[in-house]
Formats: sequence, structure tokens, C-alpha cells
Amino acid sequence: MKVKKKGLLAFGAVAVATSLALTGCSAGDNAETTDSASSTLTVWVDADRAAVLKDAAAEFTNESGVKVNLVQKDFAKIQEQFIAQVPTGKGPDITIAAHDWLGNLVSNGVVQPVELGDTAADYQQVAVTAMSYEGQTYGVPYAVENIALLRNTALASAAPATYDDMIAAGTAAGTEFPFLVQVGPESDPFHLYPFQTSFGAPVFGTNADGSYNPDDLSIGNAGGDAYAAWLAQEGAAGHLSVNVTSDIAKEKFNAGASPFFITGPWNVPDAEAAGIDLAIDPIPSAGGEPAQPFVGVQGFMVSAKTTNALAANEFLVNYVGSGKVQTALYEVGGRAPALTSAFEAAAADPITAGFGAVAASAVPMPNIPQMGKVWQYWGVTEAAIITGQGDPTQLWQKMTGEIQTAIQ
Amino acid sequence: MTRSGTPRNAAQVKKAAQSRRAGRIADAASVGVKVLLTKILLLGIVDAISVYALFVLALTQDWLVFTAVLLVALLVNVIYFRRGGLPAKYLTPGLIFLAVFQIFVIGYTGYIAFTNYGTGHNSTKDDAISSLIVSSQQRVPDSPSYALTILERLGTYSFLVTDPAGRVSVGDEITPLSRVTDAETDASGQAIALPGFTSLGFSDIVANQERIAALSVPLSNDPNDGTLRTPDGSSAYLYLSDLVYDEAADTLSDTTQNVVYTANGTTGSFVADDGTELLPGWKVEVGFDNFTKAFTTDSIRGPLISVTVWTFVFAFLSVGTAFALGLFLAIVFNDLRMRGRNVYRVILILPYAFPGFLSALVWAGMLNPQFGFVNQVLFGGAEIPWLTNEWLAKFSIILVNLWLTFPYMFLVTTGALQSIPEELQEAATVDGAKPWAIFRLIKLPLLLVSVAPLLIASFAFAFNNFNLVYMLTNGGPRDVTAGVNVGATDILITMVYKVAFDGANRDYGLASAFSIVIFVLVAAVSIISFRQTKALEELN
Repeated sequence: MKVKKKGLLAFGAVAVATSLALTGCSAGDNAETTDSASSTLTVWVDADRAAVLKDAAAEFTNESGVKVNLVQKDFAKIQEQFIAQVPTGKGPDITIAAHDWLGNLVSNGVVQPVELGDTAADYQQVAVTAMSYEGQTYGVPYAVENIALLRNTALASAAPATYDDMIAAGTAAGTEFPFLVQVGPESDPFHLYPFQTSFGAPVFGTNADGSYNPDDLSIGNAGGDAYAAWLAQEGAAGHLSVNVTSDIAKEKFNAGASPFFITGPWNVPDAEAAGIDLAIDPIPSAGGEPAQPFVGVQGFMVSAKTTNALAANEFLVNYVGSGKVQTALYEVGGRAPALTSAFEAAAADPITAGFGAVAASAVPMPNIPQMGKVWQYWGVTEAAIITGQGDPTQLWQKMTGEIQTAIQ
Repeated sequence: MTRSGTPRNAAQVKKAAQSRRAGRIADAASVGVKVLLTKILLLGIVDAISVYALFVLALTQDWLVFTAVLLVALLVNVIYFRRGGLPAKYLTPGLIFLAVFQIFVIGYTGYIAFTNYGTGHNSTKDDAISSLIVSSQQRVPDSPSYALTILERLGTYSFLVTDPAGRVSVGDEITPLSRVTDAETDASGQAIALPGFTSLGFSDIVANQERIAALSVPLSNDPNDGTLRTPDGSSAYLYLSDLVYDEAADTLSDTTQNVVYTANGTTGSFVADDGTELLPGWKVEVGFDNFTKAFTTDSIRGPLISVTVWTFVFAFLSVGTAFALGLFLAIVFNDLRMRGRNVYRVILILPYAFPGFLSALVWAGMLNPQFGFVNQVLFGGAEIPWLTNEWLAKFSIILVNLWLTFPYMFLVTTGALQSIPEELQEAATVDGAKPWAIFRLIKLPLLLVSVAPLLIASFAFAFNNFNLVYMLTNGGPRDVTAGVNVGATDILITMVYKVAFDGANRDYGLASAFSIVIFVLVAAVSIISFRQTKALEELN
């Protein structure tokens, strides 16, 4: 009995200690960051990028005396956690980010502008445009990523010039599908976007500086109607099918069921592993105008509440923005570097060069917060048109009206 | 004391008793000291941590939490140093955990439901103002970049800048830039020192970076020429700001557009006369706005009713079908005449071993109309739109849920069946009852007594079965002509998710309000069901 009581007492006291420690910690971080952490940069980074940044961070620490604390995070959860934590003062100084989060991050007031200074010209133009919002640059880009046309050279010997050429070549190859693109039950506007732009119907019009203008919703213009009609026609012809999900498209292409596959670099390693001899081509135009896919840009952004603004800028602009680090990041992730000199070195690989060539004519994915309202109407409407659930023009115009209402 | 068989003299007995007592006292004393020391040590740790927390809280002037921590720490000390009050000693740690991890979380969710917390309103007003000002500072287009050395004299920092033409100037926050000629330059022509000033190295800059990052050195006496600022301590750029905060009037003025934005305490943002709102704003309490929004906004209220109905149908059917199948199998496998029962039982439990959301994804693939296993193999290539037709999708959800949950019901009912005494059945048989009557009138009521609470729990789980719906159909199929982002198979929790989190605009306030509504619904159903269960128990 005595022993038991003692154990319980001890347990009780430990429990109290931990719970108090918890309350103490949660409230205490505010104060800590201001004094003891002033010479430590906290950087949120995903697992793949962490290994590369470790070297850059060590070098930076050597030269400046500022410690860099790399915290690994799940990329998919960073946006939400960053928005939740920065206002409390507990967030990092720097985070890895995708450019299309930017509008959301800025309207939450959690990021601050980064001055690339004269190094801005060293990056691919599309990367800097993507990292800009309302005239300010908010991030140091490290990679650009976009979709292109993967061609199985054993089944098709030449790059198709137009969409019809592609269908003809695909039919001639005698495979199960003339070409493959992931659609899925709620469609996939991201992967179908190059066809949409080839009809001259981008989601938003652009300002003079290349940024998107949320007041100019051009998705519903005459080109949009033509694209909707084309979707219905291709859906009826069986070229576009909502049954083809991302897994099925990839599996079928790797099994040699089609010579063409519209997808991004993320599916290249598996296709190569399946023994397919790949060529990367521009996406053929269906509507006559250039088929421009979206470009996604990854980079690093600085917290609005950092107490280490100068060190953070110095680290990002002069270390993460260096050719060495950009090349190292490319080697681990396979995404084309945003720094022009690093990209040119990486373009020795024909796959990277192929995606890069498509990126040169591509457009950045809109980073304005209004884009968040577009997706929910866009995909299901495309899917309804493809499956023939009504008049394409009517459905498309209804969608345009709904987006218009939602973004006001 | 113990009485032995042989009589002893009184002195012997007394001596023995004394030594026993002494031994006990010594024993008790030594353990008591150990216990006391442990107690003092552990409470010392608790107190040390509390005192540290109190200091930190006092520094951040967080008086509410400060008081809470102080009271809890005092209470803990009183409880453990006081003699007696044993129940409190056992209960306190648990109660503290309960308060921190349950009551606080629930209370905070409730509080959020009454705020506008969400995209653009997730921080304080001060944060919003500084963020707006910082993002309105624009680098003057095509302005040169200045090579910079930061100087210090008597605690004041100055900028020593070299422009691209090689001209050297110095200035600080009050004095605009002026040309100097006596600066020391390095090989590249950049000025690095000035007599009478100390040049700062990078480590000094880092040590004082908050002050240096906040420095803005006017280019000339005319404020419209802009100010020099440095983002990294080694180069300076020319910036112009177009937002000015007036603390007295609580307004932000846009100097380039001549618009004045006034702080609005009800929306938590700066609003111009024409209604334009500046984002970010800040978090404010909005009273019952979120609840009114949930029930009056057309795009939410309309689907809310149909979704609520479907949620109840889904929850009842998923519990009902799984229970029926589980019970049927349990009865079948409970029959001693059944051979190889254990093998079957193990196979039946398999679906239970898979993670639910993974199974849902696999099923979504199997139900693909064109390439899925179900249509390809079982229906000979027929293109049955399992997940894209409204009614088939509802059917598929219930079917997959049945596949996922019947093993649980099977396990539970097997256990409950085995606990019903065999004699009851024998007695009933002797009385001439048919098997169906035995089951309906004797076994089922007895079974329900022990299983009913579990059924209610399953109902509450099915009511919020987010994983299944989200992974299998994502709430779809959606009727595109309805124009609302809610599909045929959406249940309340997935609808909340879509309303609050879909797209870039999060609305945590609205989501919290919804979760309170869902909580009330589930609680009401549970209370009613538990009342009914009590009636069942009276059978015993």
C-alpha cells in the first residue's frame, strides 16, 4: 500500500509538472524568440529539400555566425500551419512555399516582400512574375514546374504539330488510346488548361506587368464557348474521358497503351522505369493559338513577423539564390531550376530541356486569392460537358456567372 | 496483539511488542521521509516551471493566463501539502489534463464560432497595420541599387551609400542623404568607412537587425522623393510608400490615390467610403453572425436541409445494414454445427484490419465505370456509373460502408450472443417456441441491452464519417446546374469542410459554428437513444 501510494503521488506530480510545462511552453515562446533566438533563422522545409539546404545553411552559419534551424514539414500542410502560426509569433522566419499560395498569404498578412535587387534579372522571368503580387516580390524562387507532352518514341516518331495531328498519329499507332490526359470524375482543369488557352480563353486577363487582373474574368469569352464545344465533341468521340483518373492514365501510358501523355515531370521516372523511351514535346494546340500550360513555381518566403529580416534576406538572396544551391535542389527534386544559369546547366538533360522549352511559353498559375473560387466550379462543369450533361455553351456561361458572383 | 498457545510472562510480551512497534515506526519514518522528499522534489519542479511560466507571462503581459497558472500552481501546492484530502490528490492531475486538453479545446472552438477568424482576419489589428504598411512600400521602378555600409555613432545608425556612379553619401533617419568626400573606399570603389563613425560588420548588423531593417533614410528633404531602406544590410534601395497610418483618427490614407480607409470594428478591417476593404484585416467578435449566415445565406441554407436529411439516412442505414449483416453472420457462425468456424471468422474480420480511408480509395478505383474491377469483371464490361449517378453513388457509399463496418458488428454481436445463457433457449424450446420467436422475443432484446450503447456510438461515428465520403465520392456527383458546391452524397461534416476550407478562402468561424450545430444534432440523437436504451435495460 505504501509503495503504491508513493508511485501514485509521483505520477500525479509528474502529470502536473508536464501539464504546467505545456502551458508554460505555449505561452513562453513569444518572449523567447525576441531575445535568445535573435541569431537563429528557423526555416520550414520539406523532407526532400532539407538535405540540400543543410549544406547551404552550414556555409551561411560559417560566414555570418547566424545559426540556421531547418524544420522538416509536410509540404501539403505548410500553407495552413504558416497562416495559423505566424500571427502568434511562433512561426518560422522562412518557409518553403508554392507561388500560388501567395495571394492567400498576403491577404492574411503573414509574408513580407523580399528584395531580389539586381539578382532579379538572373531568374527566369516567369518565376519572378509568379512570385510577385500587387507589384511586390514575395519570394526567392528555386524551381519551376509545368506539364508537357510525353511521347513514347517507339509508338510515334515525330512531335505532333496540332491536336488533330496528335489524334491522327495516335490512331495510326493502333493503341488503346490516341492520347492520354488525366481527367477524373470532377475533371482536371489544370491538365486541360493548355487546350483551353489554345482557344484564347485564359481564366483571368493580365495587367501590363504580367500579373493577373481579377476584374477581367476572360474564361467566359467567345474562346471559352469554343473550348466548351470542343470539350463536348472530344468527350463524345471518347478522346477525353472522366473515367481516366491520374492513376489510370499513368498506368496505361507506362503499359504502352498510348503514344502520347500530357503530364508533368513527376511521372517521368516511372515511365522511364517502365522502359519507355521518352521525348518531351510542346503540347499541341487544339484551337489554333499556342497551348500554354500553367507553371508552378516553388520558392522560399519570409514571415511577416520575423525578427531576423536582414539575415533571412541575406540567406535567401545570396545563398539559396546561388547557382550551386539551385543546381543541388534540381538534382534532388528533378524540377527545373528557377535561376537561369542553373537551368542552362540542367538543360543538358533532354527531359529537363524539353519541359523548360514548354515553360518558356507557359503562364504562371494565378496567385491571386480569387483563383481559389474558380476551381470548384471549373472542374465539375468541364466534367459535365465532357459527359454530355447539357448544352456546352449554356453550362460554360452558367459557370462563368457563378465564378463572377463568387469572386466579388 | 497476537496470542500464542504457550503463556509467556508479561515482560517478555511487552518487550516484543515494543520492539515491533519501534520497528514499525522506524519503517514508517524512513518511507515517510522518502515519500516526503519525492513529494518536495516533484512539487519543486512543478513550482519552478510555474514560476518560469509566470515570469514569461508577466513579460508578455498576458494577465489572464498568468492568473490561471498562478491559481493552478497554488492549488496544486495546497492539495499536496495538506494532510488528508486523499481524493483530491488522486483527481488533480486528471482534472488538469481534462481542463487543458478537453474543456479548453471545446471552449475555444465555441469562441471561434463567434468571431470572423478566417482568411484575411487571423491576427491582431497591429499586425494588420504593419503588414499593410510594409507591403505598400514599393521599390521605385528602375531606381539604382546603392552599395551600403552601415555606420554607428553614439547608438545612432547611419547609411553610408555609394551609388552606381561612385558618388558617396551619408544620412540617417533624421538627416537626409548628403555627399561626403572623406570616406575610405575599398578596391571596388565602395565606401566602407567614414571618420568619426564605426563601420558595422555583418555580425553586428545581425545582432541589431530589427532596428536596421526598420531604418529609412530620406533621399532628400522632400518626402515624395522616397527613402532608402535595406533588406539585407549590404545594399540599399529607394522605396516609396503610399499608405500612411494616422493613429489619432485610426485611418490609413493612400497618398497616391487619395483614398482614406477607416478602421471598422464590426468587420475587422480598414474600409473606404465606397466600401473597398483592405486585406489583411484582424479578428473581431461578430456575435451570432456565423449562425445567421449558416441559416440565411441561400447557397448554404438550401443544401443544408437536403444534406441533413441525407446525413440521417446515411447514418441510420450504415448502422442498420452493418448491424443486420453482422448479427446474421454472428448467429450463423455461432451455430455449433458450422464447420471451420474459426477460419471463416478470421476471414470476415479482414476488412476491419485495413485503414478505412485507404479502403475507400481502393473502392473508388474498383467502381470506376470504364476500368474498374466491378464493371470489368463482375458485370462483363457494362459501364455502370457507380459513383457518378446520384442514387448509385448513395448506394455505393452505403455498400462500401457495409463492407468496412460489418466485421465490427460481427465481433460485437458474437461476443454478446455468447454471453446469453443457453438454458434460456432450451427452456423456450421445451415450451414449444419456434426458432424465429426465440430469436425475436428472447435473444434480440437481451442482445440489444449490451449492444445498444455501441450502436449509438456507431451512429455518432457514421454521422461524421468524413473519410469515407471524402475519399470515395468527394461528396459528388454534383449537379452543375444547382450552382452550389455541394454534391449528392455530401454529409454535414463534408459540407462543413467544403464551405469552410475549399478553395483559398478559409472561414474558421463559420466552420466552428457548423460544428456546434452538428454537435447539438448528434447530442440530441444520442440522448434520445440512450433514454430508449434505459427502457431496454428494464427487461433484465
